Amino acid sequence: MNPGPHSNRPTAFTNVRLVDPASGYDGPGGLIVTEGVIADVVKGGGLGSLSADIEVIDGAGGVLLPGLVDIRVKSGEPGAETKETLKSAALAAAAGGVTSIVLQPDTDPVIDEPSVVDFILRRARDIELVKVHVAGAATKGGRGERMAEIGLMAEAGCLYICDADRPIVDSKVFRRVLSYAKAFGVLVAHRPADPWLSLGAAASEGEFASRMGLPGVPAIAEKIMLERDLALVELTGARLLVDQLTTAAALESLARGVDKGLPIVATTSINHLSFNEIDIGDYRTFCKVDPPLRSEDDRQAVIEAVASGLIQVVVSSHAPAPAEDKRLPYDEAAPGAVGLQTLLPALLTFHHEGRIPLIDLMRTVTCAPADLMGLTCGRIARGSSADLVLCDIDAPLIIDADKLISKSKNSPFDGRRLQGKVLRTMVDGRTVFSA
Amino acid sequence: MTTIQPGLNEVLQRTFSFPKRHFLSAADLNEVEVANLLDLADGFVSLNRQTSKKLDLLKGRTLMNLFFENSTRTQSSFELAGKRLGADVVNMSPRSSSISKGETLIDTAVTLNAMQPDLLVIRHSSSGAAALLSQKVSCSVINAGDGQHEHPTQALLDALSMRRAFGRIAGLKVAICGDVMHSRVARSNIAMLQMLGAEVRLVGPPTLIPPQADRWNVAIHHDLRQGIAGCDVVMMLRLQLERMDGVMAPSQREYFRFFGLDREKLAHAAPHVRVMHPGPMNRGVEIDSDVADDLSVSLIQDQVEMGVAARMAVLTSLAARLENDR
Repeated sequence: MNPGPHSNRPTAFTNVRLVDPASGYDGPGGLIVTEGVIADVVKGGGLGSLSADIEVIDGAGGVLLPGLVDIRVKSGEPGAETKETLKSAALAAAAGGVTSIVLQPDTDPVIDEPSVVDFILRRARDIELVKVHVAGAATKGGRGERMAEIGLMAEAGCLYICDADRPIVDSKVFRRVLSYAKAFGVLVAHRPADPWLSLGAAASEGEFASRMGLPGVPAIAEKIMLERDLALVELTGARLLVDQLTTAAALESLARGVDKGLPIVATTSINHLSFNEIDIGDYRTFCKVDPPLRSEDDRQAVIEAVASGLIQVVVSSHAPAPAEDKRLPYDEAAPGAVGLQTLLPALLTFHHEGRIPLIDLMRTVTCAPADLMGLTCGRIARGSSADLVLCDIDAPLIIDADKLISKSKNSPFDGRRLQGKVLRTMVDGRTVFSA
Repeated sequence: MTTIQPGLNEVLQRTFSFPKRHFLSAADLNEVEVANLLDLADGFVSLNRQTSKKLDLLKGRTLMNLFFENSTRTQSSFELAGKRLGADVVNMSPRSSSISKGETLIDTAVTLNAMQPDLLVIRHSSSGAAALLSQKVSCSVINAGDGQHEHPTQALLDALSMRRAFGRIAGLKVAICGDVMHSRVARSNIAMLQMLGAEVRLVGPPTLIPPQADRWNVAIHHDLRQGIAGCDVVMMLRLQLERMDGVMAPSQREYFRFFGLDREKLAHAAPHVRVMHPGPMNRGVEIDSDVADDLSVSLIQDQVEMGVAARMAVLTSLAARLENDR
């Protein structure tokens, strides 16, 4: 929670298209914000006559969404402030319409004990931009060997636990993490990747990687680890957040687990929805992400899974890497892509292509992740915190990586033509970004 | 001539005949046997408080302590019990003698058996070791702890402590808390307490509760406050420090925060609650000294005293069945 100051003056949004996945409403309306909270929502009609002390924002027919909730964000702070600071990440988020972020624990020091959770939450609170939350490490140092202080970190306010990009290889350790976390009601996220098949890989195994001479990881590396994870979920009864599913093969396993009624939820990243392995092209290291970009068949399967609701949450997987880490031969370059500022327009692509209805698409970045995290935001409802994004979802834009707010400019979307411009971002009734 | 408390005399004069040759597991016993052992032990408690504590019930008999794992309190408790009953006591510690140099447990048993002991007390790190030994020797074998399986004399002394504190065991609510997974004390206690009509609950993080322990007719709790709510007895178990550094629990401080017994948590138990611990304690880890040292709450010192009496009862009962001159 980041309680910050809010404008004392009530604000009204009029003449907007409200899109609220939580209630399933997509239509004309307006709302009033008082003291950081949505005081009134009118669906269908206008707000009627408003008293003079209310600041009126005429949306001019734009879309008003709940602020986006991005549950997989890396910042360089603490430890690698040259990549990104909490402030630069928060500014990028605000510009991208993201009002809540959950930081990954693989910082320096690793977020594996309550004092680091507390430190980051306090630092973030002082920045007073978007709401910053923290995921704690599941194991000490994120090394996959010994359980971290899961209970104490949960008390300090961490929202879930994971070892970020590193799979917990030792099944005994992962089993203990799952059962221990379950007793504390803590959600565990895990990156399904077989570590040995993935070792040294820079791309997805296949004709393209073979031709380019890049060491590849077969797509089934994801399925192999996911199958183990699902078996352990069945054994322990613990909830699991499957971190970034990217392959058709693993989606089959996920579907089977869901059919069985296992307590699992899966995410995918905007990168894997938007690009395939061919986008690597002439060794573009901005397209080096972890997991690597997959085949077009895999990408299509992931889009289908989002459309069908099998994958419930989309993340930016924001991972800043400065030029010195990217201007290297492909297999030596750091993986990762910044994504906070491009998440919304990139996701809107599937609306514009007519593949996924707007309200379903927006659910994956608003109420679905919020509910999963136990946050009350991510919805437009009376009494909810006024975390809102006003945007023109049709406005065209060309992404210029150099103009992104993040300290690192490693965006694979550089040069891409997208639609969807954020006009204003509000957190607890405070405007934190306006175009 | 030793003076025996009337209580003890009565008990000894009873025609209670313990029907088993070995004392291996609490689960082997029945309610009548346990009740008789407790009565007998109760008598020995009074004896042990006298100046002259010596009896000759085991005169001429040899008690051999065979401890493959280090133990101070259990070994000396058996040693004292044997000596007070008049037996000759030999302590064998295989680590410092030649008997374990590459020798299998059975070879050791055969060797020791040739020395004609009457009572063999064994502690071993492997579950089932005492039972294996009992099949290979002609004397009585007493299990003083086998791996993570059983420690039946501990259960007997715990039951004795509880019975003396509450006057009964039936109907008591007992929470066994902490590292149940690796605890032989817990397994023996669950068996014996349930046999005697107590309601047993297990409390600990899921990593320290044995899989499918819910089938033991016990309630399982992962929250200490809920687990001990309304309990008459809170029995804390020792958690080995090396299991706490991220292996079965994240850290000592996290363990104490959620599963360590302090005043605040103890307030959730019944007002007349008594706290037990088989020892040795990790103060500040599983139990706060404030609780452990409060004699109005803690039975921990009593448990040690009851240990000698309970073991005297077991030795006496077994010796009564030993064959005489071969």
